[in-house]
Amino acid sequence: MRLRFIVPAFLFVLLGAGFVYALVAIQSGKKDPSAVPSALIGKPAPEFALPAPQGFPAGLSAADLKGKVTILNVFASWCPPCHVEHPLLLDLAKEATNGGFQLVGLNWKDKDEKLAAWFKEAGNPFARIGADPDNRVGIDFGVYGAPETFIIDRDAKIVYRYAGPLTQELLRDEIRPLLAKLKK
Amino acid sequence: MMRRLILVLALIFAALPALAAIAPDEIMSDPALEARARGITKQLRCLVCQNQSIDDSNAPLARDLRLLVRERLKAGDGDDAAIAYVVARYGDFVLLRPPIKATTWLLWFGPAVILLGGVVFLWLRVRRPKVAPAAPAPLDPEEEKKLAALMGESQPKAGP
Amino acid sequence: MIPELGHYALVLALLVAAYQSVAPLLAAARGNALVMATAVPAAQSQFILIATAFAALTYCYVTSDFTVANVAANSHTAKPLLYKISGVWGNHEGSLLLWVLILTLFGAAVATFGANLPPALRARVLSVQGMIGAGFLAFMLFTSNPFLRLDPPPTDGRGLNPLLQDPGLAFHPPFLYLGYVGFSMAFSFAVAALIEGRVDAAWARWVRPWTLAAWGFLTVGIALGSWWAYYELGWGGFWFWDPVENASFMPWLVGTALLHSAVVVEKRDALKSWTILLAILTFGLSLIGTFLVRSGVLTSVHAFAVDPERGIFILALLLLAIGGSLTLYAWRAPALRSSGAGLFKPISREGAMVLNNLLLSVAAATVFLGTLYPLFLDIVGGGKISVGAPYFNSTFVPLMVPLLAAVAIGPMLAWKRGDLPGVLSRLYVAFAAAVFAALLGLWIADWRRALAALGLGLGAWVVAGSVVEWAGRIQLFRVPLGDSARRAFGLPRSFYGMSIAHAALGIVVLGITASSAWQTEVIKVVRPDEWLPVAGYSLRLRDVREVHGPNYVAQQARVDVVRGATPSGEVKPIVVLEPEKRRYPVEGNSTTEAAIHTTFLADLYVVLGDPDANGGWVVRAYYNPLVPWIWGGAIVMFFGGLVSLSDRRHRVGAPKRSASSVPAAAA
Repeated sequence: MRLRFIVPAFLFVLLGAGFVYALVAIQSGKKDPSAVPSALIGKPAPEFALPAPQGFPAGLSAADLKGKVTILNVFASWCPPCHVEHPLLLDLAKEATNGGFQLVGLNWKDKDEKLAAWFKEAGNPFARIGADPDNRVGIDFGVYGAPETFIIDRDAKIVYRYAGPLTQELLRDEIRPLLAKLKK
Repeated sequence: MMRRLILVLALIFAALPALAAIAPDEIMSDPALEARARGITKQLRCLVCQNQSIDDSNAPLARDLRLLVRERLKAGDGDDAAIAYVVARYGDFVLLRPPIKATTWLLWFGPAVILLGGVVFLWLRVRRPKVAPAAPAPLDPEEEKKLAALMGESQPKAGP
Repeated sequence: MIPELGHYALVLALLVAAYQSVAPLLAAARGNALVMATAVPAAQSQFILIATAFAALTYCYVTSDFTVANVAANSHTAKPLLYKISGVWGNHEGSLLLWVLILTLFGAAVATFGANLPPALRARVLSVQGMIGAGFLAFMLFTSNPFLRLDPPPTDGRGLNPLLQDPGLAFHPPFLYLGYVGFSMAFSFAVAALIEGRVDAAWARWVRPWTLAAWGFLTVGIALGSWWAYYELGWGGFWFWDPVENASFMPWLVGTALLHSAVVVEKRDALKSWTILLAILTFGLSLIGTFLVRSGVLTSVHAFAVDPERGIFILALLLLAIGGSLTLYAWRAPALRSSGAGLFKPISREGAMVLNNLLLSVAAATVFLGTLYPLFLDIVGGGKISVGAPYFNSTFVPLMVPLLAAVAIGPMLAWKRGDLPGVLSRLYVAFAAAVFAALLGLWIADWRRALAALGLGLGAWVVAGSVVEWAGRIQLFRVPLGDSARRAFGLPRSFYGMSIAHAALGIVVLGITASSAWQTEVIKVVRPDEWLPVAGYSLRLRDVREVHGPNYVAQQARVDVVRGATPSGEVKPIVVLEPEKRRYPVEGNSTTEAAIHTTFLADLYVVLGDPDANGGWVVRAYYNPLVPWIWGGAIVMFFGGLVSLSDRRHRVGAPKRSASSVPAAAA
């Protein structure tokens, strides 16, 4: 058999193997084709200072991130998945003091009255909330949708970002272990 | 003067190959900066759309990024600096023109390599003399007579 | 009852396909003429069964039978009838049924009209076709059954995505599928030839009409999709290098190479193994495209709802079909030696065809690389990147330049050994036309638009080259006009088909170049009764009012269009454009409907934007020069293909295979 006739079959085998690997990776959840990784992992959190939304006590700034392990949740009242993950955030808030971390929120492209109305009904899980109606700070964090959740270490370095609503599995498999590691 | 300005504007707009989702309130007053902004936003991907640039997309995030790019240009950033600003926050994924790095050499140089490979392959084939098909076996005298009869000749010709 | 009938028909079709895949193939190996001949009724009955199933599903959609899960998920009583019907293929399961319908249509056509094919070849071709059908029918019945029932049925369906409720898009999938499913025929012929161990002029003559038909339909399908995107998506581009667009473009590129290569096999008995490989690759790319769109590995606005289980099934089909055929190729192709008659010099018509094949294949490989690179880089952990239009513009477009230059030269070269200087000197008129067009382009814009000028020049070169070639063939102005006219009538239709198609390519290039380079854009807030000048027209927003459609509510603007500068008094508009912003309450989506005024030379394209606080509206107006030539050119290309197909020599079929054709040498 002349060599050149085998080339197409050989190349196809490589391609096929690639497709099989890709499908398996996607199915097992290891790879999500639509997920966008954060460009800021391992980098310091950006400088910012945001006031609290109307009716809330504490705003959020970069200074608040130093010296503590922080979970920063990007959320908005108009965002349905944020409503879905809200109970999990309330649970997480209860673990905050013992867990050695603080749970803060970035209110993204929202209106103060709408937020106040929602949290009056549903409860406020955040120790601090920064109002970011113009997406200035969101852009600096590389946010492209709500909800997103960042984990920031004591040195104000971003170590983790998840885009999408939190789930029990995510908390169990990724977030709590990471928090335990950072606590040390 | 006015005609020249219009001509310049027309040419600048003519440099834009696709329609846009840009709103009038985003357009900057300085046409040169605006043209640069349009050129840049065509190269940045809208992250919440499928395969559109932020120049083409109606999404709110796209508008935010369009305004951001214009802000950076007004602040005096060059084109590359403005793009780098966005890439620092969103990663290489936001570039519609993939950067040329070690991980994308295959992507960028692949087509040229494939073309070259094809040309070399063809050239080698042309150079190598093709295997000629075996010449038909010579006819024996019986067959030669038959051939001559068929050809209408009185004498059999010499062999092939 | 009807859905059950359709379901049953599918099951029967699978059984028939299973039979058709195996029996005729074995019979051909053994020379059993009786069983070989059963391939014909098998293929025909398979088509009738699938057509029955398709009719059943269409009936369910038209009668809004929501007990069928597929109808409930994708239709709604308020939808207009046309979209109830086109909704049949506007979803994953239904579109698969359309896929198989066209597959069996081609099979039945070859079975019915292929009486002049040698029985063994016909049996093998139909067997391979049957195998593909069996694979897809199994896929449908096990993972994507359109006839599954819902109990209890909902009172109304979920509706169809409003973007899909459009006449252009209604016809886009059928043409597209006629195209790249049609290439299955060339694939089946190729595999059958490999099994037989013989490729000759007769084979090429039989393959050509099916390949030409599939190619023509794919051209129209792609053009329809592009045109639809242009007028519907409201942002006016016509090609985005989206993965799904690329998935249809790659088979077109390789299919064009196949078409040309088959000509060389037929006329010169050369390029045999290349043509077989191209036939396998063309359909292979169609299958890969099907896989990419439905498996979820690529995200795209076009992609159907994805399910990894389905992805695995299609991948398995793909691996079997393409892996199997390429292995067969590796084993049997070396035996397909060209006879001595097939030798040719590099500068010759065959040489031009080889160059054509090379450039088209590299172009397809480039699109392939760009489309799949992000996926594979991510999989191996190299991070996520985007490959968008800038990449393809930098890599694909340069490949087209030498190709377009060659299009005018190639057909004028002689077979076997061509006289390049002679041909070039005869093309001086075309060259002059090209230079003139390029200079015209430069004069309209400025020297920085050199690339656009090059595009105009190449487009004009190709069109003029076709004309020059025709003029040469009829000896125009060299013999009395009457003689030329007689010659013109005597030229074969396949020649005219080729000339028309090549010239059409030039027209498309001119359209793409001009509309990309010289578009005028005006975006302004306009109040009613204000005038807006746009590129030699003046537009006035008369008003914006609410209108109700069958299943939507819209804000509709009325825009008067007048030629020339802003008029001083009342002038009758040449047209009133009515751009809309629509809201579809059932599906909860909104769409923007652009209003377009198309003339021969350009489009005036108006989009209604958002209102401002003072009663004004954002209006986006674009003037796109030569953009109608893109789709017009594609239709003319299709027409050229039809002209070629109508050549009697295709329909009568090739002469019987002669006993003296060169048999395959031992491997």
